[in-house]
Amino acid sequence: MTVTASTAGRRRARSTKILFDVGRFLVVLITTYLGLLAVTFFIGRVIPIDPVLAILGDRAPASAIARVRAEMGLDLPIWQQFLIYIRQILSGDFGTSVLTTNPVLTDIARVFPATLELATFGTLIGTIVGIPLGVLAAVKRDTLIDQAVRLIGLIGYSIPIFWLALLCLLLFYGKLDWVAFPGRIDIAYEYTFTPITQLFLLDAILQREWDVAWDVFRHIVLPGCLLGYVSLAYISRMTRSFMLTELGQEYVVAARAKGLSERRIIWAHVLRNAAVPLVTVIALSYAGLLEGSVLTETVFSWPGVGLYITNSLQSADMNAVLGGTLVIGSAFIALNLLSDLLYRTLDPRTRAR
Amino acid sequence: MSALLTVDNLKVQYPTRSGLIEAVRGVSFTLGRERLGIVGESGSGKSQTGRAIMGLTTPQAIVTADRLDFQGMDLLKASPRERRALRGKRIAMVLQDPKYSLNPVMTIGRQIVETLRTHESVSKAEARRRALAMLEAVQIRDPERVFGLYPHEVSGGMGQRAMIAMMLICDPEMLIADEPTSALDVTVQLEVLGILDRLVATRGMGLIFVSHDLRLVSSFCDRVLVMYAGKVVEELRASELSQARHPYTRGLLDCVPKIGESRHPLPVLDRKPEWAA
Amino acid sequence: MTTGFETAPVSRRDWLLSDRPTSRMQARLGRAYMIWLRFSANRLALAGLGLILALILVAIFADVLAPFDPVQGDLRNARLLPPGTGSYLLGTDDQGRDILSRLIHGSRLTLAVVGLVAVIAAPLGLLVGTVAGYAGGWVDAVLMRITDIFLAFPKLVLALAFVAALGPGIENAILAIAITSWPPYARMARAETLGVRHSDYIAAVRLMGASPFRIVLRHVMPMCLSSLIVRVTLDMAGIILTAAGLGFLGLGAQPPSPEWGAMIASGRRFILDQWWVATMPGIAILLVSLGFNLLGDGLRDALDPREAGR
Repeated sequence: MTVTASTAGRRRARSTKILFDVGRFLVVLITTYLGLLAVTFFIGRVIPIDPVLAILGDRAPASAIARVRAEMGLDLPIWQQFLIYIRQILSGDFGTSVLTTNPVLTDIARVFPATLELATFGTLIGTIVGIPLGVLAAVKRDTLIDQAVRLIGLIGYSIPIFWLALLCLLLFYGKLDWVAFPGRIDIAYEYTFTPITQLFLLDAILQREWDVAWDVFRHIVLPGCLLGYVSLAYISRMTRSFMLTELGQEYVVAARAKGLSERRIIWAHVLRNAAVPLVTVIALSYAGLLEGSVLTETVFSWPGVGLYITNSLQSADMNAVLGGTLVIGSAFIALNLLSDLLYRTLDPRTRAR
Repeated sequence: MSALLTVDNLKVQYPTRSGLIEAVRGVSFTLGRERLGIVGESGSGKSQTGRAIMGLTTPQAIVTADRLDFQGMDLLKASPRERRALRGKRIAMVLQDPKYSLNPVMTIGRQIVETLRTHESVSKAEARRRALAMLEAVQIRDPERVFGLYPHEVSGGMGQRAMIAMMLICDPEMLIADEPTSALDVTVQLEVLGILDRLVATRGMGLIFVSHDLRLVSSFCDRVLVMYAGKVVEELRASELSQARHPYTRGLLDCVPKIGESRHPLPVLDRKPEWAA
Repeated sequence: MTTGFETAPVSRRDWLLSDRPTSRMQARLGRAYMIWLRFSANRLALAGLGLILALILVAIFADVLAPFDPVQGDLRNARLLPPGTGSYLLGTDDQGRDILSRLIHGSRLTLAVVGLVAVIAAPLGLLVGTVAGYAGGWVDAVLMRITDIFLAFPKLVLALAFVAALGPGIENAILAIAITSWPPYARMARAETLGVRHSDYIAAVRLMGASPFRIVLRHVMPMCLSSLIVRVTLDMAGIILTAAGLGFLGLGAQPPSPEWGAMIASGRRFILDQWWVATMPGIAILLVSLGFNLLGDGLRDALDPREAGR
């Protein structure tokens, strides 16, 4: 009897804890998102001296200005304007782009997959190359290999990515002709190829269109590898640091005392422990690439959110700029929270059991 | 009594910027199927001696000896692979604090099974069966449940039993226990010691018990080595502890308070450089 | 106090390394000297320091060092000359301006950006963090929630949007970067504050009747300084890259000012034929941010030996 009572009690405590965690999670999500909306609202409606002029331009007729002013609720107190703004955003109304004359949300739905594909490609490279490099550097601490990995990381931290992109374009496209001209896909395929998921590389492979896949690959490989390098610099450095912390732990001595091979100790024990904080690092680096792609996309004419934002900037198209900011910001917040959740599930010590 | 382990003039040195630091400076002893205690303060080289025998000193350490022989095998000439095959299989080691010496992200069961499957090719089911039997042997009442728990979910005493299970599952001939009870509550200490004692006796293992606690060691071991500054200053039978002659040993003995004794002034451990010479 | 020490003449080194400093000044100098000894043992850190000192010197003496006018070029005779032509060491750009001279003058802008961002963001973060950490309770909860919200924002994109609304220009770029870079400092300062908040020396000062304001300002903030300096130095590289990125997108300094990012942007059109126009400013950016990273790494290792080599 006592046993069942105590299990029931434990179960109750457990479900309270889960409820608490979910509550905390929702508070964080909602406040962070409100914060983002407040900032975009501030940028779009408060900073410009007259937002109507910013939208219509100074040659608009007075009647149009008055109409838009009322439409936007600019005669209302600012907190009411903010509430209206929130309602608009939540209902998917990001305004209309002056440049493309489409609703901003439609535009973004069109360009976002390109950014996603590029950032994913970069993160995959950064993870697949960065983690082994970091592990190697930690295991061979203070050797030439360690120094080399450190140097690669330092340069990755210090290099202006758009400049490196230009130089790579000069070398691999201009001189060697190994990669395709900037863009996402060759114009010849643009009309014959029907993507499903909008992630072109995946789509081409799924449809077994190998020549398209090759062409898409030749487009993505350079910008993808550049973003991958940025991500690799961060991931390898953090991997090394986490590995060094873990390698100093007693359980490593115990694992050696058990007679395990070094390889097994490193990959199954130490890396498994280092992986807990590493997941956070990878998620943050992914988020970083989503926003960092702004500069890379500009250089490679990659039709993603970054290029959309910079093009809109040139024509002072604030709705589009803020829409893009909101989308990148949302992805950023989502990945931040996701990394937090993953951390909790990966580490048995914080896992809600 | 045939010797399991013969150690002759063992030295462990660490190169630093200001020259060599000698952690162990010429330790010699032999171990049969008995319980040998090594006692000393922290920094006396007792743990380093244990780790040198295991081959677990850090890579920059320089380990030398005239003889380091385990069952006719020269440990210093053995390849890293050969020494690895010994560890966990024929020589095992229990560390101080299960909170740090068990892998926090792996279940206890998997950690025990891992030792077994590293050294013997057994099926998963067989490995699990033997791990459960081993957990029972260290007097864990509910082995099935503990098998699936993570180290942070068990108490210190339970963790240390799991550690012993993990190290003894391959039936080693020799066990080095490095302060195995220092991190535990006093009440649990005796329990764990009892389990260790029984396993060592029934399996006929040789045991090196490293500790700073002279009384504990003397009540638990057959023979005691007293180490000071990297050297053995005295070797005695545990039963003859009261006849210890070396002033350092006497000092260690005097540290232990007795009931009903007035202690003014409190004795301070006397250290003389010539003991280390 | 000083009897027994005053007789023997001691070398300056011994005086600095004395483990019995006789004045607060000596203790401080001694500590600084220890840090310097650790720092200067690291060759890469010294290289970083050298790069940054060079940057500062070049910025100060730009007028003397630059062989040509950075803004007014020789359009007729000197357009797009490759490096080493005549006295144009790094070549000229499409306006016939000497790239080296522009780089030298651009160092002033770079230095102004990192300096101003640091001056705005670091004290702000320090203030928010120490107040939150010391006050605790709901003040802490609210301030940290705001900090976390800002931490969860994409920095570059937000800076872009800010500049887009405020209008392009280097002042607005600095403001935008500063606004997005204070949260990590606040987090760090709060963590440090929580570490010292319950220590005995704070309790002692409080018993002596110090106001919370004084405690935070005089006794908590100094404890956060060394980690703050390290963090700010390491962030400098990122700030330079962001500023250059904004410049590259035409949102930073406006032409004809010799901002390095904008110089890359203007050289972009000639990248296939006149590679040097875009390449040279990039090298300058790389060197300076590398310098800050090396310096920051070295400072961290020197100030916090536990973390050395991580």
